[in-house]
Amino acid sequence: MAAAATCGAGVLSSGCVASTAGRSSTTSFQRRSKASGADGGGPRLLSIAGTRPSVRNGQLLVSTGLPALDQLLGGGLAVGTVLLIEEDKYSIYSPLLFKYFLAEGIVNGHTLLVASAKEKPADILQELPAPLLDDNGKKELEDVHNSKTPESDVNMKIAWRYQLQPKMQVGPVSSSRFGHYYDVSKRIPQELLGSSKWHGFFLPEHITSDLKGEPCSLSGDYMKLLQFIQNIIYTEGFDGSNPQKKQKNILRIGIQNFGSPFWGDDICCTENSDNSHRLTKFFYVLRGLLRTSLSACIITMPTHLIQNKAITARVRNLSDTVVGLESFIGSEKETNSLYKDYHGLIHIRKIPRLNNLTCDESDVKDLAFKLKRKLFTIEGWVWNSNICLSLPPECLEKATAFASRLVRHSESLKQTGSGRIRQAAGPRLWHDGRRQEAPGLLGNPP
Amino acid sequence: MFPELNNLLGTTPDGTEQGKLTLLCDAKTDGSFLVHHFLSFYLKANCKVCFVALVQSFSHYNIVAQKLGVSLTAAREQGQLVFLEGLKSSVDIFFHAQEEPHPLQFLREASAGNLQSLYQFVRDSLKPVDSGETPWKFPVLLVDNLSVLLSLGLEAVAVLDFMQYCRATVCCELKGNVVALVHDNRDAEDKENGILLNGLSHQSHLVLRAEGLATGFCKDVHGQKSVPIPYDTFA
Repeated sequence: MAAAATCGAGVLSSGCVASTAGRSSTTSFQRRSKASGADGGGPRLLSIAGTRPSVRNGQLLVSTGLPALDQLLGGGLAVGTVLLIEEDKYSIYSPLLFKYFLAEGIVNGHTLLVASAKEKPADILQELPAPLLDDNGKKELEDVHNSKTPESDVNMKIAWRYQLQPKMQVGPVSSSRFGHYYDVSKRIPQELLGSSKWHGFFLPEHITSDLKGEPCSLSGDYMKLLQFIQNIIYTEGFDGSNPQKKQKNILRIGIQNFGSPFWGDDICCTENSDNSHRLTKFFYVLRGLLRTSLSACIITMPTHLIQNKAITARVRNLSDTVVGLESFIGSEKETNSLYKDYHGLIHIRKIPRLNNLTCDESDVKDLAFKLKRKLFTIEGWVWNSNICLSLPPECLEKATAFASRLVRHSESLKQTGSGRIRQAAGPRLWHDGRRQEAPGLLGNPP
Repeated sequence: MFPELNNLLGTTPDGTEQGKLTLLCDAKTDGSFLVHHFLSFYLKANCKVCFVALVQSFSHYNIVAQKLGVSLTAAREQGQLVFLEGLKSSVDIFFHAQEEPHPLQFLREASAGNLQSLYQFVRDSLKPVDSGETPWKFPVLLVDNLSVLLSLGLEAVAVLDFMQYCRATVCCELKGNVVALVHDNRDAEDKENGILLNGLSHQSHLVLRAEGLATGFCKDVHGQKSVPIPYDTFA
């Protein structure tokens, strides 16, 4: 957290939760100190672009790139944690979540680290979706990326006297909005990519024949990836080891198709793999690296291919947040009328309890996603006696009250014999931030 | 610590049994609240605690403990708490050269190792100093959690051996208590974990099991009481 960063780098104010003796740690798990807030207020306490503290426990959060998913995860992904995406069967939709995460990093000016054994990281980045920005957002985006170059003098026509005033930072720097929307039918503009900072790890480029030093307990490939990540964290100061760095930033790590045969692992091929602990050990050490640095990681894994279910259970236990995707392609659910408009289900399997005894679990457990031409949307069902209403996560709390009103409506309408009701009684529902007609009742649940 | 849990177990910080192994078990839910309970309970009971924390960082436990009324930093400074932070140590072991043997030495070994160095660490932290006079009542070993050790390449037998040694030293020799958390991955057919769980269940005096329900927690207490009591979430 920013407060911990200022504590560690400079004066140790009394209100700070004491960090470990020795190397100052800039983990995001330290409580925001109230004392440093009194020191001088806004301008000193710079918040990192694209982050916000959680309302529940002050934990620093970053957006996953999908505002609906942020909502379901309790506000966002906590810095210092691992988000595990269990891939859908043919790996059609999980790369989208992966790309949303990376695109969000570019829009916020975060540093990226992309690791893949199948595709070159540069190619992955070329395919990122373009952000949907209104005019304010575009201006903020330019500011984020041109922060190093001196600001060009914007000619003020009306308030020309103010142009002569020195430019001041107003309060804590609340840079770009938290969470953006993306258009998957368009590619990210090249100038955004060019001004972003990223590191790529493409496994075939890192294969060497001998391993120097003692035989290590991790497989060569996983060890190289870990060393690569640790090297970036250390040299770029994400773990607070480089106190001269002026601007704190977040490192977003994305690892694609982890554990698949491309990574040299055989857990997807045999049931009794001798080296199954290599994967879990990797997860553990990665978690240790993340906890001691300002970074967040997304890993997509084809868990449906893993033969030994025990490994899946262990990997889930070792990850902080686990989201599973289940697509309807090729399954009998494709013909189920309830799922007609959707492409698959999303299962939020685990949410971390950080700095707290409880966590923000969403009340809605039935969630589905669909990929429209431009957007990936998530909707959930609110079951209320004999109707079910599909809604996006943002308005599910308001919806339970609304749904109970609808029950009375539907009872009167049922008598007229109408099956699928297109328009619910008047009020429009928010859907991913845009107004639209109510999605309509899906009919009686089976 | 949670007063309701103390009432359920019939214990108070002033009077609690010694020489016992308590097994914490969670299935389909997160049983870490039990760990937080026992940590704050034994610190309040003025015991010397050795906490092997393999899953979360020190600041996480500290912040939760403050909500429960104990300060881990103060306890550590006074010498009441010996804290082994697994996550940070694993990074040190992997990326920085270590001269002296580390309690988590097994992480470096390529083949399945044993937990001897960890046992030495526990024994050295909890053994009373030569003078024999300690301000603390009795030693306690707390482990969060043992299932992670299986993920780190150890076999169930090695972990059971470690627990046996710890029990011999801490419970029998030093008249202290041992509390350990194990996940229950029964439906995932995790055989190694099953062996560990069954073996420890037989050895322990008290098994606290947290199971996930749709609406909250339900705790079954085996050993002393056999009446399942439904509980709401500790919010």
